[in-house]
Amino acid sequence: MTKKPFLFSLAAVSAAVLLASCASVPAGPTAAELDAETLKLIQVAFRDQGIAKVDRIKQDLGQSACSSDKEPTEAVADAVTAQAKNTVKWPTGGQYIGNWREGERIAQSGRGLTWTDSSAATSANGGSCYNCHQVSKEEISYGTIGPSLYNYGKNRGVRDIMAPTSQPIIEYTWMKIWNSKSYNACSNMPRFGHMGILDEKQIAHVMALLLDPNSPVNK
Amino acid sequence: MKKSPHMTALTAAVLVAAMAPMAVQAQQKSTADGIAEYRKMLEDGNPADLFEAKGEDLWKQKRGPKAASLERCDLGKGPGVVKGTFVELPRFFADTGKVQDLESRLVTCMETLQGFDAAEIAKTPFGRGEMANVTALATWVAASSRGMRFNLPQSHPEEKKSYEIGKRVFFFRGGPMDFSCAGCHSVDGQRIRLQDLPNLTKNPGDGVGFAAWPAYRVSNGQMWSMQLRLNDCYRQQRFPYPGFASDITVALGTYMGVNAKGAQSIAPSIKR
Repeated sequence: MTKKPFLFSLAAVSAAVLLASCASVPAGPTAAELDAETLKLIQVAFRDQGIAKVDRIKQDLGQSACSSDKEPTEAVADAVTAQAKNTVKWPTGGQYIGNWREGERIAQSGRGLTWTDSSAATSANGGSCYNCHQVSKEEISYGTIGPSLYNYGKNRGVRDIMAPTSQPIIEYTWMKIWNSKSYNACSNMPRFGHMGILDEKQIAHVMALLLDPNSPVNK
Repeated sequence: MKKSPHMTALTAAVLVAAMAPMAVQAQQKSTADGIAEYRKMLEDGNPADLFEAKGEDLWKQKRGPKAASLERCDLGKGPGVVKGTFVELPRFFADTGKVQDLESRLVTCMETLQGFDAAEIAKTPFGRGEMANVTALATWVAASSRGMRFNLPQSHPEEKKSYEIGKRVFFFRGGPMDFSCAGCHSVDGQRIRLQDLPNLTKNPGDGVGFAAWPAYRVSNGQMWSMQLRLNDCYRQQRFPYPGFASDITVALGTYMGVNAKGAQSIAPSIKR
């Protein structure tokens, strides 16, 4: 009975101390509040233009998990990669490997999907590979955001694309191009198959560029 | 025979290119050197000078429904002060209650002093009508701080908030290619094709990144303001269209500008 007022006053004192500390250091918005406000401002900042509609800024898990200067937690990263693996479509009739010459053309093209492009069809898009990777040795104008892919198949022991021993690396590469988040939650590489940037045939051509022993990449 | 410095530079570039049988690394070096020489040559006659002169003219002319000049415009250092303002923007303005970048602040002045419709200007495509005038004005204001070092204020809570929001926008991934500003601009020494990418999460160096725009683009013959530069970044990120001087593009300016603290401005520069 006698203790109650004491406890009450203790609570009042600590509340006053808290208030005082708040007053001396003006509390700015919390990180979570800033996150929420940023999303709100992004929603109102963009408008449709040509083929680039505002639904493009609705993030999926793979995008929202990788939108800060910090890596996602292991649990979130695992969820992203697991989800990504489930999205992968394997090529019809097992046609993994197309024509490396076509693949080189696709790798060179950085076109597609901007608001100044008239069509969002896969046929209008390139793979932009050289923007970020060294691919063949002949092309010296290549980017360095991604690792060099020169000798990609050769370095991985692909001597014959029909050999059963080549199958694991062929499947790995298909998965990586179809949905790069299958292996790395926050990969910088676009998810070419999953997001409809390239179709099965185009991806098979890029596969040939990387894996066919006759491709200049493996010379 | 008297050779112009241009010819000497050109000859040197050709010679460098001719010394072919080298390692790939050395070849790249020579390509980068060639591009650097090309840029050096361009600096001698930067067409940005014309936009700069136009901007100064526009500042002093009596224009708009109120037939007034912009000479009482407050760009952050008091009415009429131009020099030194560019390297301290974006900043908070008490009269609008907002953090504004150079372009949005110029539009505010055009509305309050000259009677133009700010919303109408914001809707005008780049390079047209009053928007072209905003770009010219921005070019002149930037040129008036040439050689000065970036030092954005961060004392007002709204300025701190703008930085924090800009940082979040910088890392925001979206679009069909999952791109963000950070995807290309958060690591030192990377390139897209042969184009060097400045790391904009810190001071990328004098006259690089935020300290280089507005710039004259040789490839399309246009004067590009920072708002247009950001607009085209978003186009290439495959995002939808960002509104002119929207809160997020201004916040990106705050983020890059604060990060560039100490960097010397070379704006207006000249670009490929």
